[in-house]
Amino acid sequence: MNLDSSNVITTRERAPKAADTPVVLLDNVTVIYGSNRALKEVSGRFNGGAVGLLGPNGAGKSTLLKALLGFIKPAAGRMTVFDLDVAKHPLEIRARIGYMPETDGHIPGMNAVSFVAYCGQLAGLPAVDAMQRAHEVLYYVGLGEARYRNVETYSTGMKQRIKLAQALVHDPDLLFLDEPTNGMDPKGREEMLELIRDLGHNKNVNLILSSHLLPDVEYTCDDVVVMDKGQVAAQGPIAQLKGPAGRVFELRIKGDLPSFIEVLHEAGMECASTDDDVMRVFVPDGASRGRTDQAMLFALAAQHKVQVRHLRPSIPTLEDVFAKALGEQ
Amino acid sequence: MPGQAWIVIARAGILNMIRKRAFLGLLLIGWGNFLVRAVQIYITANYPQVAPMFAPSAETFRNFLEQQDFFVFIVTIYAGAGLIANDRRANALQVYLSKPLMRTEYIFGKAAILFAFILFVTLIPGLLLLLLQVLFAGSFAFLSKNLFLFPAIAVAAVLQGVVATFAMLALSSLSKSARFVAILYAGIVFFTSAIYHAMLAITGSTRVSWISLGANLTQVVDVIFRLKPRYATPWPVSLIVILGLVALSISILERRVRGVEVVT
Repeated sequence: MNLDSSNVITTRERAPKAADTPVVLLDNVTVIYGSNRALKEVSGRFNGGAVGLLGPNGAGKSTLLKALLGFIKPAAGRMTVFDLDVAKHPLEIRARIGYMPETDGHIPGMNAVSFVAYCGQLAGLPAVDAMQRAHEVLYYVGLGEARYRNVETYSTGMKQRIKLAQALVHDPDLLFLDEPTNGMDPKGREEMLELIRDLGHNKNVNLILSSHLLPDVEYTCDDVVVMDKGQVAAQGPIAQLKGPAGRVFELRIKGDLPSFIEVLHEAGMECASTDDDVMRVFVPDGASRGRTDQAMLFALAAQHKVQVRHLRPSIPTLEDVFAKALGEQ
Repeated sequence: MPGQAWIVIARAGILNMIRKRAFLGLLLIGWGNFLVRAVQIYITANYPQVAPMFAPSAETFRNFLEQQDFFVFIVTIYAGAGLIANDRRANALQVYLSKPLMRTEYIFGKAAILFAFILFVTLIPGLLLLLLQVLFAGSFAFLSKNLFLFPAIAVAAVLQGVVATFAMLALSSLSKSARFVAILYAGIVFFTSAIYHAMLAITGSTRVSWISLGANLTQVVDVIFRLKPRYATPWPVSLIVILGLVALSISILERRVRGVEVVT
C-alpha cells in the first residue's frame, strides 16, 4: 500500500467536509420486494464524513444503498443525495457516487488497469485521463504490481481492492462501500480498513460503510446509522451514542440471576448479556440516587442476597449501542 | 458527456472481439463471397463475350446478401452470445449501472457491438460490390437503372442486423452461460425452420412460412429488392412477425437488464 505518497483521491477541489451537513436524506422510504417490505418508512440522514450503516444480515442496508443508486424504485418516500432527488436526477447523483458492491463484480476478459480505466470512462472521464487515474488508484489500493493481470485470476482480497479502485477512479464525492471486508483474511481486512479510514479521515471523502461487523464500523466511521428489520433503530455520532464512560458496568453475580435482573430493571437500569456469564448494566442518570453507581449496585445485591463476583466499569462500545438499538437482552 | 457511455461500451466491446484471432479469421472468411462476386463483376465488365451469362442484376445483390446469412448466423453466435450473459456471470451489471449511464445506453452499447460486426459482413461488402460495378464498368448505366439498390442493400442489411442483434441480446440476458445462449439461438433458428418444413410437407403450401424466422426475413428482403416473394405468406405478415420478435426482445431486455436481480 502507498497511503502517504498518494494524493490521488483529491485531485480536484472538494466541498469542505462538514460533519453535520447531510449528504443523504431519507424521508419515509418504503421498498417492497413482492410481499416483503425490505424498508419500512425509513427516515434519516447521513452526514458528511464517514458514516457506518450497521445492522444484522437482512436489515435492509444493501437495499437502502441500491435504492439510493436508483437500482430499486421505492414504493413510497423520497430520497435526496447532495440535495438532488434520487427519482429525478439519478445520473447526476451517480456521477458523484462511487459504489463498491457487496458481491464480486468485474468486466469479463479485462485486466485490472483496463477495467478501472473503462469504469472511469463510463463515469465520464476522457480516455487518457481515465487510464492515468486507473494506474494511480490501483497503486493506492495496493494493486500496482498486479495491474496487468486479468481480474478473473485475482484472489478474493484482490477482488475487493479492485472493486474499491473502480469506485474511486472518477474521484467521487460520496462512496458507498457494501461489506468491503467480506471474505478477506485478517491482514487484508486490516489493510482495507486502513484504506477506508484514510479515505474518510485524510482524503476528505464522504463515505457510507455498510457492514454487519461492529469493529469495522467503529474503526473507520464517526457516525453510525443502525438498521434492523428494515427500519432505522438508532443514528448519530458514535461517541454520542456510546454515552459517557463509567455509566456502564460489567457485572457477574452468584445467586438468582433472573430475579436480580428484574430488580435492576425495576431500579431503572438496563441489562444486556454478553458472550460469557457477564452482563452489561446501563445505569441511567438519577438511578443511583446520590450514591456512586458501584455503591448502589452493591447495595441492591446485598439487599437481595446476591453475591457480586465481578464488577467493573465498562468502556462503552458500539456493540452496546447496537445491542441497545436492537433491544437485545 | 451524458448519453455517450454507449460509445465507450461499443468501442471496448469491438476492440475486445477483434483482439481474438479466430474471430478476425471468421470476419475475413466472411468476405470470401465478396471476392467471388467482385471477380464476377470484373469479368462481366471486361469480357463482353461472357457478359450475358454473368451480368449482374438486382438478384445478384440479393443473392449475395442471402449467401451472407450463414456468416451473419456465425458472427451473431460468436460475438453476441456472451454480450450480456458474461456480464451477468461476472455481476458486471451492478458495476455498469452504478455509473452515470442509463439502461438503454448499456443495451444500445452492447447492441452496437454485434450490429457493427453484422454490417461488416453484409452492408459494407454489399455497397462495395455496387461501387466496384461502377468502377469496373466505367459507367453509371447499371447504377442509374438500378438506383434502388443502394437503399435496398442498406435496408435489408440493417433489417437483418436489427433482428439478429435484438434476438441474440434478449437471449443473452436470460442466462449467465454464453454457451447455453449460443445453443438456444441456434436451436430457435433451426427449430422454427424445421417446423416450417414439416408443415410444408404436410400441407404442401408455403403459407405457413411465417413460422420460420429465416423465411420471414427472406420474404421481406425479397420485397425490398423488388423481387417476387418466394413464399405464399403475405409479406406484411412476415414483417409483422419480425417486428413482433424485435418488440418481444426489447421487452425481455427491459425486464432483465437491471442493477439488481429482484427475486419475489
